[in-house]
Amino acid sequence: MSPPTSTGPAATPTGSKLTRVLGSLSLAFLAIFLLFGLMLSPPEVSQREAVRLFYIHVPSAVIALYLAFGLTAVGSVVYLRKRSTFWDLLAWSAAEIGVLFCAFTLVTGMLWGRPTWGVFWKWDPRLTSTAISFVLFIGYLAVRQLDLTPEARSSRAAVLGIIGFLNTIVVRFSVSWWQSLHQGTTLNPVDTQMDGLHLLSFFLGFATLALVFSWLLVHRFRVAWLAHQAGEAGLDRALAERRAEATGRTV
Amino acid sequence: MRVRSELLADAWLVASKDLRIERSSRVVASQVLPFGLIVLILFGFGISPDRRVVEADRTVLEQVAPGLFWLTVFLASLLALGRSFAIESADGSLEALRLTGLDPGGVFLGKSLAVAAELLVLEALLGAGALLLYGAPLGHPFLLMVVVVAATASIAAAGTLYSALASGSRVRDTLVPVLVLPALAPALLGATLATEAALFGPPSDGWPWAGLLGAFAVLYFGAGMLSFGLMLEET
Repeated sequence: MSPPTSTGPAATPTGSKLTRVLGSLSLAFLAIFLLFGLMLSPPEVSQREAVRLFYIHVPSAVIALYLAFGLTAVGSVVYLRKRSTFWDLLAWSAAEIGVLFCAFTLVTGMLWGRPTWGVFWKWDPRLTSTAISFVLFIGYLAVRQLDLTPEARSSRAAVLGIIGFLNTIVVRFSVSWWQSLHQGTTLNPVDTQMDGLHLLSFFLGFATLALVFSWLLVHRFRVAWLAHQAGEAGLDRALAERRAEATGRTV
Repeated sequence: MRVRSELLADAWLVASKDLRIERSSRVVASQVLPFGLIVLILFGFGISPDRRVVEADRTVLEQVAPGLFWLTVFLASLLALGRSFAIESADGSLEALRLTGLDPGGVFLGKSLAVAAELLVLEALLGAGALLLYGAPLGHPFLLMVVVVAATASIAAAGTLYSALASGSRVRDTLVPVLVLPALAPALLGATLATEAALFGPPSDGWPWAGLLGAFAVLYFGAGMLSFGLMLEET
């Protein structure tokens, strides 16, 4: 196999005007967020310094579970209806970044739990259901790697993308219900009363992580798209070569 | 109406085929069932049978018997599901099944019903084993029966759907548990809590969970029947 030439799809950078703007904005927001999150905002009354983790934990959870996996579900529905490569690859990219954000949510959640609850893991409905969704979508990523035809892989992944999202909702509901029977309310990040600098830092965290998510998503999507194009180009080239061989023999 | 009866006829054909294969090969009976029994016994080793829950005046083993029983069933069901699709993967049987022109929804229904039937027998025997080994009382048999049926339907439907998702692939055996177990987490929770209520009471605590199991089974039967055609497409 010959190395890709400079005109081939493999040599195209995945950066574009959009990603450069998104990337610069992400970095700028990250700097402002760090300033507010770590320095300007004071410790909170009940969570004390741990509140700083909460500025990144909650946004990454919302982005992973609702935005990313929701996008995977929507992309999967559209793919099954229209068989559009765009939506298929978007669903895949969103799931991959979603799993990353989900892992980040779990790690920050446990780090937050240690000073707040005294333990790394409490069977808190949010933490528990996030862990289950995390494994479910790792399964989705595994289905994307199955040794089947690309079409079979995409349609099976799409089925899983939709059912996985619905299942995530059932998991969340059942775990909350289970926990409501067993224990009183634990200190809940979302119920915390926030004002002033806390609230500003929280929204900055949201904006920053949303920007980072979009930035990574666009890049991941472009990589997936180029890999798809390269696959198709490789197939076309192989077909053309075989055809040339065949005509060469008959002439 | 005609379409409906054809679907059921197709389901019956597939289910009876799978059960006939089991009757002659006895893989579930001679391998999956012993696996379940040994898991029940090993749980006893893991938890230590003499430890007591003071406030409930029961042994720990008796207290956690519902959860252990269902965990055992879930683990054994992975083997039963593996078997259900192993018989399709040999000699291109899945291809053949696709070419028969049977309704894919019917094929899904048939395969899940065959798994459900095998699981029901397994549960009856493992349940008897759990009662003997863990010594839990049989408080409310009617609730227990409803829970067993709803949980079995949930496991069979979700399990068949996820096994189909991984079918035709070389990594099926390792992938199916990763897909099935997290998806079944709500079913394990519901089955355990409803069984707890059925054994120790009050049964009114168990009925809502039985309802959740029922809804879960309906969701997966629906999803499986709708999407099974896609899984049978060329791989």
